[in-house]
Amino acid sequence: MDGLRRHKSMFLLPGLLTLFLIIIFPLLFTIRVSFSGWNVSNPRMDFIGGTNYSAMLHDSRFWASITRLVLLAGGTVLIQYVIGFGVALLVWRNVRGRRFWRVLFLVPMMTTPVVMAAIWQTIFHESLGPVNDLLGMLGLTRIPWLTESGPALAALMTVEVWQWTPFMFLLLLAGLLSLPKEPFMAAAIDGAGTWRTFWKVTFPLMAPVSVAAIIIRLIEASKLSDSVYVLTSGGPGSSTETPGYYLYIQGLRDQQTGYSGAMSLTYLVLMIVTLTVVAALLTRAFKLKGDA
Amino acid sequence: MRSRLYPVFKYTVIALWACFVAGPFFWAMTTSFKNANAVQGGPTYLPWVQYKPTLTGWRNIFGGAGGIDVIDPFVNSAIITIAASAISLALGSLAAYALSRYRFKLGFIKNSDIVFFFVSQRIMPPVVLVIPFFYLLQWGGLLDTIPGLVIVTVALLLPIAVWVMVDFFNGIPREIDEMAMLDGCPPFQTFVRAILPNSLPGLTVAAMFCAVFGWNDFFFAFRLTFTEVQTLPQAVVALNSSIPPWWTLSAAALFGVAPLILLALWVERYLSKGNLSGAVR
Repeated sequence: MDGLRRHKSMFLLPGLLTLFLIIIFPLLFTIRVSFSGWNVSNPRMDFIGGTNYSAMLHDSRFWASITRLVLLAGGTVLIQYVIGFGVALLVWRNVRGRRFWRVLFLVPMMTTPVVMAAIWQTIFHESLGPVNDLLGMLGLTRIPWLTESGPALAALMTVEVWQWTPFMFLLLLAGLLSLPKEPFMAAAIDGAGTWRTFWKVTFPLMAPVSVAAIIIRLIEASKLSDSVYVLTSGGPGSSTETPGYYLYIQGLRDQQTGYSGAMSLTYLVLMIVTLTVVAALLTRAFKLKGDA
Repeated sequence: MRSRLYPVFKYTVIALWACFVAGPFFWAMTTSFKNANAVQGGPTYLPWVQYKPTLTGWRNIFGGAGGIDVIDPFVNSAIITIAASAISLALGSLAAYALSRYRFKLGFIKNSDIVFFFVSQRIMPPVVLVIPFFYLLQWGGLLDTIPGLVIVTVALLLPIAVWVMVDFFNGIPREIDEMAMLDGCPPFQTFVRAILPNSLPGLTVAAMFCAVFGWNDFFFAFRLTFTEVQTLPQAVVALNSSIPPWWTLSAAALFGVAPLILLALWVERYLSKGNLSGAVR
């Protein structure tokens, strides 16, 4: 097997180097920029120490966007998990038109988030959209979905749930389909009902897939910004801004390049720390071993 | 224990969820056949009954007056997605094969750490990279070009390809490699002749994920291409404004998401057979 030793790096290196080169220079550049006073009127990378970072500590709009992201991501991922798991259980077996439902329930995840957000914007339109029309038919009051902060957040969450519950559904259905049959037969022989079988057999067996699916969705949700851009533009005011969107405003629209560099690195570090802690907690809570 | 009401409950929940999932598509479909009158009078749902369908929206996206052209952005998006997916799959499955079959040790760095390095790139928010990408591409003369966008899209897709393929290769018996090598096959040929043909389901799933994320990327395209290269999501979002040409927007949106929906229908057989369960363990 000695010949293999020399070959193994040839397999790995092209991919590793490509990713390393695409990622590492931009990251170093951002670190350097974050210590500079580069902005719209002064496009130079002069060193100004930690000024950007200390300004960031007092930027309540930035911290509000971080808090909002944690609540938005946590909330929508939880809803996606519950619905995705529930629907996967329903179409797992013994259902008419099983294949049709499985395909239909996957479709939103395949669609372009910004494009569908543009459609959702017409759906939530205050006077011309169908949501308020349906509310009116039910005798309820119309809601200014995109121009008031509470409803705007609800609209954003609805779009996220619509778009990404299918991803949870896909992973959980794949997990259900690969479960062994014996534990279920044993439960049936013991006379366990549907509910008991779920909590004693299905749910524990699904724990590894569940943890992985939740973590993957949290990672993707932590980058939320495209649909914010299209649906609400962070508004009204800054009430639906996520860090991704606020950084776009600061760094690219207003060209506070140095300042946005400092914030984006902080955002990245906060996300990595949070996700690592959440992954460790979930792994422990479900008593999983290894690196879920 | 099974109540008689259970089937009623089951099909009610499935139907409700189906309505929620399909609703936006139904709305976009009906809206794409409306004109200004049918939109501004308030929401209508049923063509022929509530409004007279027209082809204005669909004509507008194929070069009609006052509309947009979706063909050029479609071609751009297709080239970028296919090129970036192909590069990511090629580099990704090579790396994944190495990580699945050989043991690496560089100081304290082991196989699982290298896999983690690849996968962890998905945590990187695009906004952290976009300013440096802008200047790097400008410096290389690649700003607002297809190759430039292909390079940055590989950064999005390569982690996905590695992630799916490592677990897939782990599920392929090592006996296959050993048999090929006993027959005198060098490692690279073993990979190409013995492993890849057995990996079609895994490659299909990885290719589908690459295609979805590549096709759906908006942020990089939005910031790194402008007039020369416009992608399909950019073209659709450019139509989105408060004064609604909703019929054109809806037609363009449906046109923009159709390729991936067709892909999903085709790939579904691989997806729900449990092939992915390995990838999330």
